[in-house]
Amino acid sequence: MTDLAWINAALTAARPQAVAALLRYFRNLDTAEEAFQEACLRALRTWPQNGPPRDPAAWLIMVARNSAIDAARRDRRQEALPDEDVLSDLDDAEEALAERLDDSHYRDDILRLLFICCHPDLPATQQIALALRVVSGLSVKEIAKAFLISESAMEQRITRAKRRVGDASVPFAAPGPIERAERLAAVAAMIYLLFNEGYSASAGEVHVRGALCDEAIRLARLLLRLFPSEPEIMGLTALLLLQHARTPARLDGEGNIVLLEDQDRTLWNRPMIEEGLALIDKAMRHRRSGPYQIQAAIAALHARAARPEDTDWLQIDLLYGALERIQPSPVVTLNRAVATAKVRGPAAALDMIAPLAEPLAGYFHFHGVRGALLLQLGRTDDARIAFDRAIALANTAAEAAHIRMHLDRLMRDNPPPKAAPGAS
Amino acid sequence: MQYAILCYHSEDVVCSWSQEEDAAVMARLKVVQEKLARDGRLGPVARLMPTTAATTLRKHTDPPLVIDGPYAETKEQLLGFYIVDCDTLDHAIDVARDLAQANPGGAYEIRPVAYMSPQDKT
Repeated sequence: MTDLAWINAALTAARPQAVAALLRYFRNLDTAEEAFQEACLRALRTWPQNGPPRDPAAWLIMVARNSAIDAARRDRRQEALPDEDVLSDLDDAEEALAERLDDSHYRDDILRLLFICCHPDLPATQQIALALRVVSGLSVKEIAKAFLISESAMEQRITRAKRRVGDASVPFAAPGPIERAERLAAVAAMIYLLFNEGYSASAGEVHVRGALCDEAIRLARLLLRLFPSEPEIMGLTALLLLQHARTPARLDGEGNIVLLEDQDRTLWNRPMIEEGLALIDKAMRHRRSGPYQIQAAIAALHARAARPEDTDWLQIDLLYGALERIQPSPVVTLNRAVATAKVRGPAAALDMIAPLAEPLAGYFHFHGVRGALLLQLGRTDDARIAFDRAIALANTAAEAAHIRMHLDRLMRDNPPPKAAPGAS
Repeated sequence: MQYAILCYHSEDVVCSWSQEEDAAVMARLKVVQEKLARDGRLGPVARLMPTTAATTLRKHTDPPLVIDGPYAETKEQLLGFYIVDCDTLDHAIDVARDLAQANPGGAYEIRPVAYMSPQDKT
């Protein structure tokens, strides 16, 4: 790795803690960000010569704070900026600050910074954009690329989000246990949203979207390091790792979706799976189940199956049942139906999803699953209608292509009556 | 003499590497390892999972206490280790230098091994 790459990794790594500490100090997000930016510029100038400091976060916080204070002074035309030699000689002060950082409330500082980004007033897309900008330090251009919108539109979105966050002040006092738990849950949800933003879209810039998943995993690990005994945060991290492990097998050469059953499991990322399984194991010991742990346990059962036919569908069906009880939603029931079909057959699954027809009328996956179940029951005409509906609702070309493949297969195996036999 | 080369690095930084950067570091380390293996000097090599996967058994109580997370809450964490067979400390330091070239940042602690089981030589 070049010096520059190493320094960039160090700056990215230090960013959440540094910006969080600066936010506590300046009580203003823009000031904190600008000060951090200034410190990064100085790091890029001085680190290559002097070597990286022992504690990059402490160095950056110190330099950022000094430079912002200097800037304020400069505005009052009083004092000049210290020269760069002085900056490289901060070791003692840096160490003292590092001590304080370690035992102080930096955990709550980082949590607050993350929590600000998932303020309930902000729509999901703004939460993610803001977190990517403020916590992860991605450029507006990079974020715009990930969301497939123009840079100026993204700039506007982030500015709007910041204004809203600024209006709704989040208290700086250390939160009580209940408040802390609420913040943690909100932040976990935001990280999961960020992951799904990267994971769900199957069209567009695959590489850029994969980076969003990587970033979500990095933030989940950060959160877990801050709260090492929270089983749900273990579950969340495991869930992201286990899902992301499948990414290399999810699209074929032409960018078409490959179903879980048809994926080349040798392409799955084994180290990610192993880490996910280790985290699930740890979480289970706490005997405090929750939605992330259950979903991770389901993903773990898929990951453990060397071949699709080895999948423990009975256990998956039971886990979805547990998820339905603590977090009922039509989408969870729909997912359960896929497992139920394997265990109790397509008719039972079709009964299970019948009540979802209305709430999920506009949901692509509902019609896709329903079509597949109808097909298994030999109701080809009904299946065709369901698949047509799914294609009409597809969000991406890859989704539509996937259903069309089903339809093509359906036409091939069950040609419509008017076609002459063997005509295909 | 067998030496353990214990790898300490800032976990925040290592977790911030992109997959490509991570793979590039591993590939460069592999080159150093292969040379050691050819010379018959390479023992077990391990990269440990992130400390978030760690569990610690604290023995100062009876029964011992099981705690989530790594033993030491330090900036730089134990992230892996090598066992190498070297004639002198200088040689072991040279090996660590080669590894450092491939993976800058953090620190290597070089510790002679007092007892090893199973006994097979590297």
